[in-house]
Amino acid sequence: MNKNLKEQVLRASGVNVLKCMRCGKCSGTCPSYDEMEYHPHQFVYMVEKGDIEPLLNSKSLYKCLTCFACVERCPRNVEPAKVVEAVRLAAVRQQGNNHMSPAQLPEMLDDDLPQQAIVTAFRKYVK
Amino acid sequence: MQMNENKEFEPLIVAFCCNWCSYAGADLSGTNRLNYPTNVKIIRVPCSCRVNPMFILRAFQRGADGVILCGCHPGDCHYTSGNYFTRRRMTLLFSMLDFLGIERDRTRVEWVSAAEGAKFAATMNEFTEAVKKLGPNRRLEDLRCRKQ
Amino acid sequence: MQRIGVFVCHCGTNIAATVDVKAVAEALGHEPGVVISQDYQYMCSESGQNLVKNAIKEHNLTGVVICSCSPRMHENTFRKAAAAAGLNPYLVEIANIREQCSWIHKDIATASEKAIILGRAAIAKVHLNAPLIAGESPVAKRALVIGGGIAGIQTALDIAEAGFDVDIVEKQPTIGGKMAQIDKTFPTLDCAACILTPKMVEASQNEKIHIHSFSEVTDVKGFVGNFTVTIKKKARFVDETKCTGCGLCTEKCPMKKVPNEFNMGLDNRTAVYIPFAQAVPKVATIDPNYCMMLKNGKCGVCSKVCSVGAIDYKQQDRFIEEKYGAIVVATGFNPIKLDKYDEFAYNQSPDVVTSLELERLMNAAGPNGGTLLRPSDKTHPHKIVFVQCVGSRCDDSKGKPYCSKICCMYTAKHAMLIREKYPDTEVYVFYIDVRTPGKNFDEFYRRAVEQYNVHYIKGMVGKVTPKSDGKLAVQASDLLSNEQLHIDADMVVLAAAIEPDKTARPLATMLTTQMDTNDFFTEAHPKLRPVESATAGIFLSGACQGPKDIPETVAQASAAAAKAIGLLCKNSITCNPCVAHSNELMCNGCSSCEKVCPYGAITYIDKEFRMPDRTTAIRRVASVNPAVCQGCGACTVACPSGAMDLNGFSNSQIMAEVDAICK
Repeated sequence: MNKNLKEQVLRASGVNVLKCMRCGKCSGTCPSYDEMEYHPHQFVYMVEKGDIEPLLNSKSLYKCLTCFACVERCPRNVEPAKVVEAVRLAAVRQQGNNHMSPAQLPEMLDDDLPQQAIVTAFRKYVK
Repeated sequence: MQMNENKEFEPLIVAFCCNWCSYAGADLSGTNRLNYPTNVKIIRVPCSCRVNPMFILRAFQRGADGVILCGCHPGDCHYTSGNYFTRRRMTLLFSMLDFLGIERDRTRVEWVSAAEGAKFAATMNEFTEAVKKLGPNRRLEDLRCRKQ
Repeated sequence: MQRIGVFVCHCGTNIAATVDVKAVAEALGHEPGVVISQDYQYMCSESGQNLVKNAIKEHNLTGVVICSCSPRMHENTFRKAAAAAGLNPYLVEIANIREQCSWIHKDIATASEKAIILGRAAIAKVHLNAPLIAGESPVAKRALVIGGGIAGIQTALDIAEAGFDVDIVEKQPTIGGKMAQIDKTFPTLDCAACILTPKMVEASQNEKIHIHSFSEVTDVKGFVGNFTVTIKKKARFVDETKCTGCGLCTEKCPMKKVPNEFNMGLDNRTAVYIPFAQAVPKVATIDPNYCMMLKNGKCGVCSKVCSVGAIDYKQQDRFIEEKYGAIVVATGFNPIKLDKYDEFAYNQSPDVVTSLELERLMNAAGPNGGTLLRPSDKTHPHKIVFVQCVGSRCDDSKGKPYCSKICCMYTAKHAMLIREKYPDTEVYVFYIDVRTPGKNFDEFYRRAVEQYNVHYIKGMVGKVTPKSDGKLAVQASDLLSNEQLHIDADMVVLAAAIEPDKTARPLATMLTTQMDTNDFFTEAHPKLRPVESATAGIFLSGACQGPKDIPETVAQASAAAAKAIGLLCKNSITCNPCVAHSNELMCNGCSSCEKVCPYGAITYIDKEFRMPDRTTAIRRVASVNPAVCQGCGACTVACPSGAMDLNGFSNSQIMAEVDAICK
C-alpha cells in the first residue's frame, strides 16, 4: 500500500471514500462497464485500501468517459468519477507513465467516435 | 487565592456542574477514585443554563482564580435545550472578558456526561494546571473582599 | 434568627480516612447560625437519622446541613427524615464530602480544609432556603390518540381496557391506516385484513372508545393531566349518525373517474365513497374536489337515492373542544415520493411500481381482484425485478439517511408470494445488504432463497429504461461475480424509503415535543424511556418515532398505553416544587423568559396593580405554571430585570455558595 499515493488521490479528488456503502450503483449505471478491468466501485474500494498501483497500470483508467452517471446516482454522494480523474492525475504526474504522447493523437482520431465522448470529458470542470 | 508554606500558588477554582450529567460525572470520578486537586470546589445547579454570567463574575470578584462550567453534551440536555443557551451565553461572556483583558484560559465550558468520570478528573487536572500557570487573578478581584 | 444543625458523617472510613471529621464538625460549629454540630459513624443508618430527627425537635432547628455522600445518593433519605421530624424537607442541604472530597484526595489536611469549605457553602445556602410545598394538579381521566392506524387502535384498545375514555382522531374517513392497505404480513404470511379488521370493529364497538374519523387536531393547550385540545371535524357532507353504510350512493354516483387513493391511484372510485368494504366507521364521504353537486350545483343523485336522508351538501367543518389527561401520538409513516429518482423510470412507465402499490396489485380487494397483472397492458409478468433501498441509506442530499427497516422483509415476502402463486415468474432482488434482525425473520428470507429460488443479487440497480416493446431494460452490477447484468423485466418494484407523515411536524409544534432532523418524534430517553416524549403527558406510539414493522408497532403501542394508563390512574400529579416563579412587581412583561422556556410553562397575564398614587394600573406580567415548569432555570438568566427566580436554586442561594467558597 502506498500511503503517499493514496493521500495524493484523496486530496486531488476531494472525495471521502469512507462514505461508500458498497451498493454498486455506480457500476450498475456505468456505460463503459464492459470495457473496464476495474469498475467504478472497485476504484473507490481500491483507493480506500491504498491499492492504487494496479489502477495506475490498468487501461480502465482511460475507459471512463467522465459521463458522471455514477456521480449523479450515487446514493451517498461519493463521486466515483472524481476518484478516477484523480488517479489519472496521479498517472500524469509520474514521469514516463503517460497513457500516450501528444504525437500519437492524430492517428488515433476516429470519425466514428461519438462527439459526446469528447465533450463529456469537459464536465469535470463544471461539476 | 491561597499560599501554602512553599509559597507555591494554589488557585481557587469554582466549578458549576449541572445536576444530571456533570455533577453525576464528578460523583463517578469519586467512585472510581480518580484524583484531581482540592483547588476545585463544585457548586450544583439544575442545568448549566441556570448559571447566570453574574455568578461567574461574582466568583472572580470574590477572589476565584478560575471558573469552569460543566453541562451535558449538546443534544443530551435533560431539559432538551438548556446547554444550547449556555453555549451562546458563555460565548458572549467570554468575548466580553476578552475585551476586558481577562485571560481567556481562566474560564471554560466543558461538556461532561454522567459516564465520563475520567474526563471530569482529567479536565479538572488540566484546568487547574492552566490556571496555576496564569497566576492569581488580580484584575477582577475586589480587594475589599479579600480574606485578611 | 436561623437555628441550623450540622451533621458530619464518617461513612465508616470512607470519609473519616481522609477527612478529619471531628475537626470539620468543630469548625462548622462556629459558623453563624449553627446551633449544633455533630459527627456520626453512619448518618444514613436508622440511628443516624434518629440523631438528626431528635436534634431537629430538641433544638427547634430551622435548617439542616448533612456533610456526607452525594445528594444524588441520600438527599431523599434525609429529606424524609426531616419531614418526619416536622421540618420542611426542602430546608435540608447536603455537602458532598465523599464523592467530591474524601474519595479523590489523599492529603488529610487539604481534604479536611476543602470539606470545611464545602460545608460552609451548604450552610450559607441553607440560610436562604425557603420551605417549599409540592403542588398538585388534577388529571383529566380521558386520553387522546392522534392517528387511527394499527398503533393508534392498539393504544386506544389498551387504554379503554383499563377503563378510561379514549378519543381517536384520524384524518382519513376510516381508521386502519397503512396496515389496511397491506395484503399479507411477514413472516407468517397471514392476511393483514383478517387480523386488522376485527381490531377495528372492536375499537368501534368499545363504548369507551370514541372515533373522530375525517378529523384533525388544530390546537393543543395545557399541560400534563390537563390538556385542552381542539379537534376539527372536517365536513364529509354526510350525516354520520344517519348513514348506514349501505353503499347505494357510491353505486349510483355518476362521477366515477376519481383516482382511488386506497388502491394507490391504480383504479378509480366515485366522488361519494367508502374507502373499502371493512371501513370503520362505515360511512360515506363526499369528495368536494370531484362532486358535481358541490362544484356547480348540478347532480344531487346521491341525495335522491339515500333512503335515510343522510346526504347534507351544506355541512360545514365543525370544531369540538375536549379535555385530556394524556395524549398519545401515532401519526405513522408514508412511502416517500420517487419523482427525483429518474434512473428508475418510476414516472415513465406504469410497470415500475412501489412496494405499497404492489401490495394493492396483489390484494384480492385490489384493482385486479388479486391477480398480479402489469398495470400497463394487464398481462401476466414473467420477470420481476425488486430494487431495495430506494431513497433509504442515502446522503442527505439524495434521500433519507436512515434504514427504513421493513423493506428487506416485505420484499422477501413479495418475492416469495409471487414465486408461490406464479412459479413461471422469475424474481430478482437487488440488495445492498439483507437486514433481517427479528424473530423468524432470517429463516423467512432464507426460505425465499432456498425454497422459492428467488435470485438475490448483491448490487444496486443503476438504470431502468422502458423499451418500445413494453419491457423494462434493467442495468445492474452483480458485485460478487463482478459483471454487469442486463435484464429485460416485465415489472420493476421499488422499495421506497418511508418517512413520517407530513402532519407530524405541525403537530409537534402544537404539542411542544421534540423531533429529529428527519421529523421522527424524539423519545425522552433512547434506551430507558422509549415511548415517552420529553414533554410530560405526551407518549409516542408506532412509526412516528422511527421505522417499525407491525409486531414492534403493536408492542410500542401497548407500552405507550401502559404509560398513559399510569398517568390516568392518578387523581392528581405531584409537582416538583423547585420551579421558577416571577416577582410580579419587578416583571416588565418583556417575553424574554417565554421565548427560552422549552416547555411553554410561561404565559402572560394582565394583572391589576395598585400604584403609589392610589390609582390602579393594568400591567402585563409573566406567570409560571408550576405543573409544567421542570425547573431548568433558563428563564432566570434570560430575565433582564431579575424578576424570575428558581425555587431551591435561587440567585441569592447560588451567590451565597459562591461567596462562601471564595471567602
